[in-house]
Amino acid sequence: MKTSLLKASAATAAMTLAIAAPANAHRAWMLPSTYTLSGDEQWITVDGAISNNLFTPNHVAMRLDGVSVTGPDGAPIEMQNEASGEIRSVFDLHLQQQGTYRLSAGGDGYFASWEEGGERQRWRGDAETLAAEGIENKPDVEISRNVRRTETFVTLGQPSEGVFAQEGTGLELKPVTHPNDVYAGEEVTFQFLLDGSPAEGVTIELVRGHDRYRDAEGTVELTTDADGMVKFTPDTPAPYWLSAEHESEGNLNGRAIAVRTSYVMTFEALPF
Amino acid sequence: MRSILTLAGLSLAAGQAAGDTIELEIEIPRLDVAEYHRPYVAIWVARPDHSVVSNIGVWYQQESRGAEEGETWLKDLRQWWRRTGRSLDMPVDGISGPTQAPGTHTVQLSSDDDRLSALEPGEYQLVVEAAREVGGREMLTVPFTWPLTEGANLSLNGERELGTVTLRTQKQ
Repeated sequence: MKTSLLKASAATAAMTLAIAAPANAHRAWMLPSTYTLSGDEQWITVDGAISNNLFTPNHVAMRLDGVSVTGPDGAPIEMQNEASGEIRSVFDLHLQQQGTYRLSAGGDGYFASWEEGGERQRWRGDAETLAAEGIENKPDVEISRNVRRTETFVTLGQPSEGVFAQEGTGLELKPVTHPNDVYAGEEVTFQFLLDGSPAEGVTIELVRGHDRYRDAEGTVELTTDADGMVKFTPDTPAPYWLSAEHESEGNLNGRAIAVRTSYVMTFEALPF
Repeated sequence: MRSILTLAGLSLAAGQAAGDTIELEIEIPRLDVAEYHRPYVAIWVARPDHSVVSNIGVWYQQESRGAEEGETWLKDLRQWWRRTGRSLDMPVDGISGPTQAPGTHTVQLSSDDDRLSALEPGEYQLVVEAAREVGGREMLTVPFTWPLTEGANLSLNGERELGTVTLRTQKQ
């Protein structure tokens, strides 16, 4: 019986591998109905949610106002038939160009906490409301910034690379292995960029989908090497959830603040 | 997977004798299922590292015959799609063909056929992949050395979606 979800490459000295303690985190994800398609044009439908289990909606729906879809030529693609329920959002995409599409949900917000009237106050909002509400002037305020990106990729025809790492901000994926070219039993290499440069020391969590059908979640933790690379070999054909997190020190009007940057991607490993 | 590989004709020949014909036999099994659709089948020649040398044939629902979604399911020929299908502009003359009924189908290739003339002497594999709508998928890989020895007869038996696949030389 296999106890580990993934085999780590022994050749990658810079990589650490540990079975992380079972987490019970709320996880954001977008799950396309099909990742790899053939033909002149196709439709897919996509679920989006933030949930405990993968990929079972059981917490809150993903907000669709932060979702953008980019076609192989770099132009935006409009979502169709969007709907948001309590615990899941859904939209369709009409793929009419050959190549790889990026589905991306972004977010950039601030958290603040301070003591007021003997009670701990907590606040979250964007840069604009932070300034407007004078949050920086609260007594002994602690402020942190959260830069998030939740993505998935689908390909009609031949995979292309035009939609990857185009923004140069936050954490981004640069394929060495294309995310629509992942097969069980074959080594995968992904590169992560932070603000456009290779991101060393980023913690990567990998979870195979359908975790509610097994006792142990089997999360695998990896760390990017000096070139921002991680290597792993999925041993089971399935949809996977990947999360990259990085914490650094940032600056807000001269004040040092913690900046937490995260990147989440769903992809599938096909049987050989 | 349990497979039977039979080898014959091991004597070395100087080269593929001009005029020899290469014959492929692909058996599509008759299946007793409630809803049967003829399988999509791809046949190609690859190097041991899986890189594709040549496409021999792809049998799928031809869109010119009224089916508008024939190419939708080409990606279910998973390895063929990945290794070569997705980089082709379908249909491809001389390679694309309609789906075939259960039975044994023969593909004859002269040794100077375009689909074989690119082969340098060396190790190759004949790959046959079948995928059936509301059915399963199966892929068979028959290793061979090119040029084939005179009288070579290599075959492999499938278990579900493919019957016997044979690669042999045929004296003219």
